[in-house]
Amino acid sequence: MTTTTTAAAPRRTDPRPVTARTRRRREALRNLAFLSPWLLGTGLFFIYPLVSTLYFSFTHYDGFSPPTFVGLDNWKFVFRDYPFFWPALRNTLWFVLVMVTLRIVFGLAVGVLVVRLKRGAGLFRTIFYAPFLAPPVAGTLAFVFLLNPGTGPVNTILGKLGLPEPGWFNDPAWSKPALTLLALWGVGDLMVIFMAALLDVPKEQYEAAELDGAGAVRRFRHVTLPHLRPVVVFSVITGVIATMQYYTQPIVAGEVASGHIQGSGQQFEPGYPERSTLTLPQLVYNLGFQRFDIGAACVIAMVLFVLSMTFAAILMRRGSGFLEVD
Amino acid sequence: MKRTTRRRLVAVTAALALPLAISACTGTSKGGNSDNPDADVTILFWHGWSADSEVAAIQQTIDAFEKDNPNIHVKAVGNITDDKINQALRAGGSSAPDVVSSFTTNNVGQFCSSGAFVDLNPFMAKSGIDPSTTFTGPQLEYTQYQGNQCTLPLLGDAYGLYYNKDMFAAAGISEPPKTLSEFEADAVKLTKTSGDTYSQLGFMPNYHGYESTTEHYAAQWSPTYFDADGKSTAATDPGLKAMFDWQKGMVDKLGGFDKLEKYRSTFGDEFGAKNPFMTGQVAMAIDGEWRGGMIDADAPDLNYGVAPFPVPDDQADQYGKGYITGTIVGIASTSEKQNAAWRFVQYLTTNTKAVVDFANAIHNVPSTIDALASPDVSQDPNFKAFLDIAANPNSNTTPASPNGGAYLVTLQDLGYDYESGKQPDLQAGLQEAASQIDTDIDQSK
Repeated sequence: MTTTTTAAAPRRTDPRPVTARTRRRREALRNLAFLSPWLLGTGLFFIYPLVSTLYFSFTHYDGFSPPTFVGLDNWKFVFRDYPFFWPALRNTLWFVLVMVTLRIVFGLAVGVLVVRLKRGAGLFRTIFYAPFLAPPVAGTLAFVFLLNPGTGPVNTILGKLGLPEPGWFNDPAWSKPALTLLALWGVGDLMVIFMAALLDVPKEQYEAAELDGAGAVRRFRHVTLPHLRPVVVFSVITGVIATMQYYTQPIVAGEVASGHIQGSGQQFEPGYPERSTLTLPQLVYNLGFQRFDIGAACVIAMVLFVLSMTFAAILMRRGSGFLEVD
Repeated sequence: MKRTTRRRLVAVTAALALPLAISACTGTSKGGNSDNPDADVTILFWHGWSADSEVAAIQQTIDAFEKDNPNIHVKAVGNITDDKINQALRAGGSSAPDVVSSFTTNNVGQFCSSGAFVDLNPFMAKSGIDPSTTFTGPQLEYTQYQGNQCTLPLLGDAYGLYYNKDMFAAAGISEPPKTLSEFEADAVKLTKTSGDTYSQLGFMPNYHGYESTTEHYAAQWSPTYFDADGKSTAATDPGLKAMFDWQKGMVDKLGGFDKLEKYRSTFGDEFGAKNPFMTGQVAMAIDGEWRGGMIDADAPDLNYGVAPFPVPDDQADQYGKGYITGTIVGIASTSEKQNAAWRFVQYLTTNTKAVVDFANAIHNVPSTIDALASPDVSQDPNFKAFLDIAANPNSNTTPASPNGGAYLVTLQDLGYDYESGKQPDLQAGLQEAASQIDTDIDQSK
């Protein structure tokens, strides 16, 4: 006979029973601990700069004396009295609309072509990608030299062909298209992203579409593009953000083409020729680090932030985020 | 109090405290002038010279100072840009410089009005230096702001007319022009067109033609720029208006803006061997004394001369004047060794031998009245022309402003618009410019 002795269950000695609230609190703390690296990074490098930028935009601050609250004065100055703000905003929006769009189209086209190449794909991939690795200043200097209206080889060739010879970086009507050409030359980053996405498109879907009688255009429209949508949305958002920060190429091109290389500490010439290459980040530099009007510079920084967020929000909403559409 | 209400209060308090925390981080350390300059001390000197010959020249000056002042050691750091200066002066701290020099006078107003550099007037008074008898008028003007002499001139630059003697002879011109009407006639005579461009241009009047900027031209009319209240006189100063009109007239007479711009795009780098005056693309140029050294190095066969830039016909009696600017030096207000720093600054800026030796070594114009008159200063005829321009009582400069020379950008911007025809109404443009300059200065205060 087997007897089993059932031991009496030990009594809890913890006077405080684990309530649902305690569990939730512990869970929250654990989650916070896991999240802490991200929270720390975001707090230090995003929230803190953002809040301080907003705060400084309402102050007069030259870096020497403590900031003094001036209400909306900086905002009024930038929007009403600073003559470079509206041209810079127009130019920045132009670059966002034209340059980003063309870079996406061109990057996709190059990606499609290189993926389809049977021979020499590696060579062409390298040729198209290499310019992206060129330092921006060096690339810009090369373009200013190539497109020099007086001595550049491009206009020499155009002249010999009997074609019009644009003023490129010296002509306000052509300076932005010239910068766009420079951006298209460095489209290698997008080409690589699109190539990777293109290689991921299931071949069976192309075969099925072909069996259904779809031509190349319809296959691209109904098979390729839906698969590429998340990559396109990603490229547009990162492109818009990068264009909002567009600084080096326009300032180098403008200064070199104008012949006035500004010395350190000297005021810059605003967007040669005729403010056509002026962008918002140049104004942040001019106001913040040349005039040391840090409050007004922070207003421009806030404008850039709001614009970037607005574009990103619209694109994420319209483009269904980064999710692939079935 | 409800938990949610308490949380909100904490969040609001934190949000309010953050800006206070930010503002608490923005102060700069304060220095002083209670140090004993006879004690053994090392001061940090930041300067912008970077070429080997220039660094050697400033080091020689420092060595000579240390020989005279064995208790003060100077640690020099070269190739310092204004951006670094501005950041260091704002940051303060033990590694910040005691003595700082800058190539541009643009930031003097900011340095003085913000208190970044100490006022040197009390130091000069203590040392028995009368600035008005030591330095020339323009040099005193560009080194102070509203009576605060927070910097002193450390060598200067003068602007004059470079002319190609061979081209002058070929065109039958016997001497450099003295008035602007003579200048205009000579520029036209020296210009040779070739198709829709030039084989030789008498003078490049466009503002982008390197040193042909509004302020360099305007010096020939001695404009005021600001009235006694610090308001812009751009709309009322007759000299500025005359300068804009004269330049536009030159552009039109020499072929028009577009044609000149296309020719300008063929110019090489301003500071390289392909400078258009050195290659013979232009027969005359407005430039500073440093060009002579560059010609010696890169175009030694160029047969050129230097003369003062011509003056308006109704000011012919003031022929000889020109635009003056230069390097400045000051003492950081964060320095805790200001008395020792002053001994060094005093030596750099007022010791005639030190100023002359340094000027000769780097081909700059000396910056004291005594040094300009010194027989030891280079007597090369072309360089001598700049000494005379610097010493001319009618030579002038652009005054300091509290926002880093933004007013010059505004005037230059008007110049671009007027020369290209984008702004056809000069008076309206000048009024807009004056209003903009006043608004910018108000914003900076």
